[in-house]
Amino acid sequence: MASFTPTASVDDPRLALDDCGNVPPVRGGGGDDGEPWPGSPDYGTRLRRARLGLFVALIPVLMLFVSFTSAYVVRQGLPSLDVRTNQMVRDWIPVQLPILLLANTCILLLSTASMEFARRQTKREAVLSPAELLPRDLFGDERAMPWLALTIFLGISFLTGQWLAWRELATRGYYVSTSPSSSFIYLLTGAHAIHLMGGVLALFVAGGAALLRRPAPTRSILVDITSWYWHFMALLWVYILCLLEFAH
Amino acid sequence: MGLVLLVVIWLITILSTYFFIAKTWWLPVGASALAPAIDHHFTTTFIVMGIVFVAAQLSLGVLVWMYRDRKDSRKAEYSHGNIKLELVWTVLTAVLFVGLNLMSRDIWASERFRPADPGAVRVEVTGMQFAWYFRYPGPDGTFGATKPELEDASSGGEGALGLDAKDPASKDDVVSGIMVVPVNREIEVILRAHDVIHSFFVPAMRFKQDAVPGLAIHMHFTPTQTGDFEIACAELCGMGHYKMHGILKVVSQDEFDKWLAAREAEKQ
Amino acid sequence: MATHDFAATASHAHAAPQGFIRKYIFSLDHKVIGIQYYLLALTAVFVGMYLSLLMRIHLIWPTASLPLLGEIKPEAYLSLLTIHGTIMVFFVLTTAPQGGFGNYFLPIQIGAPDMAFPVLNMLSFWTTFLAFMVMLASFIVPGGAPLHGWTGYAPMSALQSSGPGEGLGADLWIISIALFCLGALMGALNFITTTLDMRAKGMSLMRMPLTVWAWFITAILGLLAFGVLLSAGVLLLMDRNLGSSFFVPMGTISGQLTGHKGGSPLLWQHLFWFFGHPEVYIAILPAMGLASQLLSVFSRKPIFGYKAMVYAMLSIGFLGFMVWGHHMFMSGMSPYSAFTFSVLTMAIGVPSAIKTFNWLGTLLRGRIRFQSPMLFAIGFVSLFVSGGISGPFLAQPLLDIQLHDTWFVPAHFHLIMGVASIFGIFAATYYWFPKITGRMMNEGMARWHFFISLIGTYAIFMPMHYLGMAGHPRRYSQLTEVAYLHRLIPLQTFMTYAAFITIAGQFIFLFNLIWSLKYGAKAADNPWEATTLEWTTATPPPHDNFGGHTPVVHNGPYEYSVPGAPRDFVMQTDPEVAATH
Repeated sequence: MASFTPTASVDDPRLALDDCGNVPPVRGGGGDDGEPWPGSPDYGTRLRRARLGLFVALIPVLMLFVSFTSAYVVRQGLPSLDVRTNQMVRDWIPVQLPILLLANTCILLLSTASMEFARRQTKREAVLSPAELLPRDLFGDERAMPWLALTIFLGISFLTGQWLAWRELATRGYYVSTSPSSSFIYLLTGAHAIHLMGGVLALFVAGGAALLRRPAPTRSILVDITSWYWHFMALLWVYILCLLEFAH
Repeated sequence: MGLVLLVVIWLITILSTYFFIAKTWWLPVGASALAPAIDHHFTTTFIVMGIVFVAAQLSLGVLVWMYRDRKDSRKAEYSHGNIKLELVWTVLTAVLFVGLNLMSRDIWASERFRPADPGAVRVEVTGMQFAWYFRYPGPDGTFGATKPELEDASSGGEGALGLDAKDPASKDDVVSGIMVVPVNREIEVILRAHDVIHSFFVPAMRFKQDAVPGLAIHMHFTPTQTGDFEIACAELCGMGHYKMHGILKVVSQDEFDKWLAAREAEKQ
Repeated sequence: MATHDFAATASHAHAAPQGFIRKYIFSLDHKVIGIQYYLLALTAVFVGMYLSLLMRIHLIWPTASLPLLGEIKPEAYLSLLTIHGTIMVFFVLTTAPQGGFGNYFLPIQIGAPDMAFPVLNMLSFWTTFLAFMVMLASFIVPGGAPLHGWTGYAPMSALQSSGPGEGLGADLWIISIALFCLGALMGALNFITTTLDMRAKGMSLMRMPLTVWAWFITAILGLLAFGVLLSAGVLLLMDRNLGSSFFVPMGTISGQLTGHKGGSPLLWQHLFWFFGHPEVYIAILPAMGLASQLLSVFSRKPIFGYKAMVYAMLSIGFLGFMVWGHHMFMSGMSPYSAFTFSVLTMAIGVPSAIKTFNWLGTLLRGRIRFQSPMLFAIGFVSLFVSGGISGPFLAQPLLDIQLHDTWFVPAHFHLIMGVASIFGIFAATYYWFPKITGRMMNEGMARWHFFISLIGTYAIFMPMHYLGMAGHPRRYSQLTEVAYLHRLIPLQTFMTYAAFITIAGQFIFLFNLIWSLKYGAKAADNPWEATTLEWTTATPPPHDNFGGHTPVVHNGPYEYSVPGAPRDFVMQTDPEVAATH
């Protein structure tokens, strides 16, 4: 009798049992948090795969901002018909950026440093701890946590700072619809902030993994991926700032 | 089954080709200076691609029939391909396709790469939901000012365009719901749109151009036959898209002058 | 206590999930997810077909009152065509071949136990599902579904007052597409990482089946293109709701200033088509990969020119990003750019032609078996040729003047992208149904389905060329106002009747699908005598795809009729030495 069940059940004799005669425990989902597979991938493979995945994932993020950039360039230069005067006019007047953005930039760059420290620390722990033997040991984790926490704090500070910068623009009379230049400022900073929020969430997950005593290799991969994402976000921010400030 | 496939594929091919060759439903009669060149190139492309179409489909039919599994001991040929053959048909296809394209370049260039002649008859064509309006600059050769706050479609053509009566240049502007042009003169159209994108399409003139809000697009064509030709909107513009239709009346130079003079006189 | 050395214990299998929810609803198993995608696409295609049926009826009988729906107003016709196009392109053509069959079979065909990121895979399906729900919701909100076509040109799509349905309906349409982009990007991530990082031993890139190459290249296209669509959607939402003017210039609608200024409608077109053109290759590449696969299997011959096929798909993918301007020849774009885009577009016809020659070359001197997957593969080749032939007309701006925005364009894309890709989906269904369910689909019903579909779709879409050449513009809800269209009504009528028959024929397929689940003949593990990895494993494949061991690959994927081999096919895992590869 045909069935739609593509999964084998636990009783299926095709499943092998381990040397202890146990069925390997089922742990969460996702190949990147340690679920055993036949010839369960080792730390090196999992790290490589996760990094590859992140690299691939960053490409559409890049394309999003490339697309916004091309819209920015086109919109800046393009004349359009003013139907009141029947003349082709260019209506681009650059908006002066709030100084606060510079402060936020420093905060973000500092956070990349703390992120990097966190990454190296968890990596050290992962390499030193033979995870296969003692998967649930907390191993010198105290050294990475402060850096993680600092990064989260700086990240949230950055986002708060961005919010304040928006408030400043609003008090100066620049809203999304005020002018094309202001539209782009809100668009680019907003899109970046949303992505950075995702990064902060990932940091919470990484921190949570530490508190929940996940194996060090798993934590290391989480922090490693998050940190590359974080660095990319910082670079992206510097790019956005330069685009808004210098490209008229 | 191989034979059935061959018959079905061949019949479909022959039937569709028949209707292409018989021109049962075909391009409308061309009535512009460029139409013969465009139609000629169309025919060239058509013949070339037609041969490819027929050859490919018929050989597909033949191949599936000839090489059907006859349940005998004959084995299929174990071949991974033929590099030389690949190169040959790649080059041939490239030459064919790019060649076709380059052949059309000059005609395209003559239509689009140069502005209109200085002596062309100028008509401003404005599309809006859901009608076309045609404005002639009149004897002063200048289009008068229009203002968005003066727009009022219910008061006729001038109202629809928001013509500013205070501007002296507007006094001799003629706005019409029908586009009247003289035959054998180059017509420069200045395409505008008020709201959304429309497209000014006159099949008989082999002429089409989107009318885009925010732009004033200059194009030109030369009608070579008199008559009434339909204008159809060719860019989805809303629920009235299907009825946004106009008439291009091509008349003799005399008749055109008379018509324009009569419209000018009406304005006094 | 013995150490649990997970890495070394190769016999450890992945423990399967328990419970209905984990097994079928929020499954992490790529096979279940593949089926979920397929069922979503199946639903979408019947919805899309239903919408097109209503459109065809309205064109011929514009004042007819339909049961339950009443009279279809002109604006309703435009909503139908908008959602029809959007659903078909996104939720059928981008979903079934890639999300459906790609998800199910890519890991198996490369010898992997699952996709690289199963949780992400599950999320990508549910995001796509949510997107579909949002799309359908646009019909039932005040104002109804948008009118602006699947291409959503601004300013029409950016101005809430441009027509009924351009209010909330249009916002939902954009949100649905944005969600779809996210789902597609997540899927692309998985496909690319899995293909690059999880191939079994011996499965080099040049031993991958062409189906895998197609899914892989499609994923790369998606990765690069969907981000741009997402950006366009964001800008459009901002123009519509936050008063920005990315796409809307100064203008009036019904005599009132819109309040926007300085925006560029052409910017929308550039962004949309930069996505939109690769999208059509996303829609067709998996079917091309499958056609190559099936023609080889059912001719008992290696594919003609494997490497050429790979390079052709790579060039199509690459060039596909350089030709978007050919959708914009009449848009007000510079005529010089138009010409450049045109030459590049003709160039992209070359790799497509190479593939067609190679398909024909595969049939040449083969031993062709005419089971249902093969019928649809042959049909695919015919449709691809037909649809492809109209390309060089549209690709030349000089001829595009006459043909742009006429029915010639739907003739082209329905044949080459719509129907050809759907035939690919059908072929895939008949081909892989035995592996997924353990039963064969009924061949008798399949033949009826094939012939009705082949003849029927030609009857519907071939006449569209004639309409286009005669100057019949697109997206006209009625043919009554333009005099020169009146004589084309008989042709439209013929097409509507052809549509009735063709759509009816699809119910044979649906019935066959459901009936065969219970009553289909039991299938062997390799009923088609094919060589790729999915045919080496049990039916249906176990949770980890290969029952605890990883396959080792020795041969290429198309070793049929190898001289000296005991059977007329050599599996990829057979240690027998194949003549080449």
